[in-house]
Amino acid sequence: MQFGLNESQEILKDNARQFFAGECPMAHVRHLAERKQPYDAALWSKMAAQGFMGIIFPEKYEGLGLGKVELILLMEEAGRALLPGPFWSTVALAGPVIDAVASDAQKTRYLTPICRGQARSTLALLETGATWDLADATLADSSGNLTGEKLFVLDADVADFILVAAQTGVFLVEAQAPGLCITPMPALDLTRNFYAVQFKDTPAEKLGEGTNLARALNIATAALVAEMVGGMQRVLDLTVDYAKMRKQFGKPIGTFQAVQHQCADMYLETESSRSAAYYAAWALEHDAPDAATATSIAKMYASDACRAVGNRGIQIHGGNGFAWENDLHLYYRRAKASETMFGDATFHRERIARLVIDPVPAPCGGNDRSSR
Amino acid sequence: MDLNLTSDEMQFRDELRSWLTANVPTDWAERREESLESRFEYLRTWQRKLFAGGWAGVSWPKQYGGRGANLMQQVIFWQEMALASAPPMANTLGLGLIGPTIIGFGTEAQKRRYLAKILSAEEIWCQGFSEPNAGSDLAALQTEARHDGNFYVVNGLKTWNSYGWVADWCELVVRTDPNVPKHKGLTVLLVDMKSPGISVRPLRQITGESEFAEVSFRDVRVPVENVVGAVNQGWDVAIGTLMHERGTFGAGLQITFRRNIERLIELAGQFRRNQKPAAQDPLIRQKLAQCYADVEVMRWNQMRAFSRISASGVPGPEGSIQKIFWSELNQRLQQVAQELLGPYGQLAGISPKSVDKGSWAYGYLRSRGNTIEAGTSEIQRNIIGHFVLGLPRSY
Repeated sequence: MQFGLNESQEILKDNARQFFAGECPMAHVRHLAERKQPYDAALWSKMAAQGFMGIIFPEKYEGLGLGKVELILLMEEAGRALLPGPFWSTVALAGPVIDAVASDAQKTRYLTPICRGQARSTLALLETGATWDLADATLADSSGNLTGEKLFVLDADVADFILVAAQTGVFLVEAQAPGLCITPMPALDLTRNFYAVQFKDTPAEKLGEGTNLARALNIATAALVAEMVGGMQRVLDLTVDYAKMRKQFGKPIGTFQAVQHQCADMYLETESSRSAAYYAAWALEHDAPDAATATSIAKMYASDACRAVGNRGIQIHGGNGFAWENDLHLYYRRAKASETMFGDATFHRERIARLVIDPVPAPCGGNDRSSR
Repeated sequence: MDLNLTSDEMQFRDELRSWLTANVPTDWAERREESLESRFEYLRTWQRKLFAGGWAGVSWPKQYGGRGANLMQQVIFWQEMALASAPPMANTLGLGLIGPTIIGFGTEAQKRRYLAKILSAEEIWCQGFSEPNAGSDLAALQTEARHDGNFYVVNGLKTWNSYGWVADWCELVVRTDPNVPKHKGLTVLLVDMKSPGISVRPLRQITGESEFAEVSFRDVRVPVENVVGAVNQGWDVAIGTLMHERGTFGAGLQITFRRNIERLIELAGQFRRNQKPAAQDPLIRQKLAQCYADVEVMRWNQMRAFSRISASGVPGPEGSIQKIFWSELNQRLQQVAQELLGPYGQLAGISPKSVDKGSWAYGYLRSRGNTIEAGTSEIQRNIIGHFVLGLPRSY
């Protein structure tokens, strides 16, 4: 048993870190966030040239054909850099959905341009109820056309095609399709935008049934957890650096145990989230029996942890952590959006309960303890 | 990354598993109410059986009677012991801490004299580290040893000695030079607990048991050949011992926690809350799921840490979070058990209506010690702050 990265995985992770440090420094992230359009076409082309867009997709669609562990490592570095724009929604969400439900011809038509860096995509899932239960989707097609509304759709304005989770299957809508209306839903995260997407008798292509959607969404969720881990690591690093540099009472505040112990907890929360993300990726790659449980555990743990890490980081930075000029709030905003995305900790605890409590049969002989 | 066992690891596991199936006694859990002495003799017999089967000292080198198991095999050993509900071994400290210390720092004569009898449980060992005024600040210890010809003469008081009441020998840390900085004047001695001048007083703890003792030394004469390592280099030897304390043993602990949460899930189908089984109560479900998840995260943290040590020989930074993680997790899990079981959770094993022979009442109290023993959570967080994150020393 070896739960560590091999040499090529280490190289991939280091290269990604260097790439994002060079091509997507914080000043650039801030620029994209403040102009309210996080998508940067030039950066997207450079990422595509690195092969990032096709990392997990088969070579026949011009992908790299690597595994979920490699995807997770790339997402972790994207999260550390707070990469803005539709990378997660295209490569970790829409791509795996196409890969899971579409026909071979459809994959050639839609995955290939994604791998080449020529197309962006996203998944429209939530409706007015905003629940993450797939069963709650009520939108249905009428002889191939969609009418209705999806909410909280990430990056929809820059998507070349939008995938739609409907009651009657998974559909694809082209950006130019008639009756499609996309309106911004301004929200906390400045680096990734939400949109309301309305369909009015909009022609849609059916990709497949929704039955295979769950596994694809687990891949997206595990990738999101990895991105959260990268963000947590960056907040921890910034905070530890600050605690070493900032002086009060004549010494660095990192000398004080009240500060040290918060940093130690941030470290524990970050490393534990990382262990969970890596394990979930491995379990998904190998279709392990506990893959769904592991994904929920990872999202549950990281959802609470990324909020805690952000809270502690701002607290230790004091007034500076509350200032717009400081980078922390950009991470803090993303962390809150990611905490909720695809279910927060409470949502996933219930999902874990369904997976590990409900299958356990109650012992025979009645279930009332008062008879003892 | 490959999380499956290799064929060698699987072979080791299968061999061990079939031995355990044939040999693990089944009545250990029923002996909770027996006297400490009778329970201990039971464990001594069990260790002899492991020794005869070649399974005591699994991590020790073969030349000293061990099995020479690599790190992953040690992990498997503790996991299988827990899966088989095997009782602990009698000479826990001798096998896990003192034997490895003698192997690492002792003379050839010391190895020949002590190691075999540790494995066979013929001689039981305790540690004389903590003192009333030296706990977290171990290097501040005051027990002194004065050089007198071929002997050291020891005076002082040690406390929180596990197994002090039954031990034949003690790994004792003493101050041999009071005139140098506190870490530099310490020496480790191997002390015969039957020496004149030693008196042992059992310490009764929160659970009502006496796992620990207070040991006083009054003009106790210890031969100079019983020094381990060099005189005044005892801090390095003591730290070497404490490093073993954070070894592979935790792998078995994780299995124990897993069984505990599985048992709670089972009990949640039996106990009722708001007119339905507790397993259907939304808040109980949340709490059980949280514990289940935490026990899994503990396993994945351990797997990463063990893999790192196995590959590079040194513990990775994630190793330092283990102690905090498991100790705080166990306290949360024991609290969830109390909420689930209500007053039944408080019943002692002697009550015919007790649940699981009173183990939840015991476990709740015992878990308070988890964040104190083997380095308090505060000290662990200091270690992470200073040694892992590079923050300035706070003391």
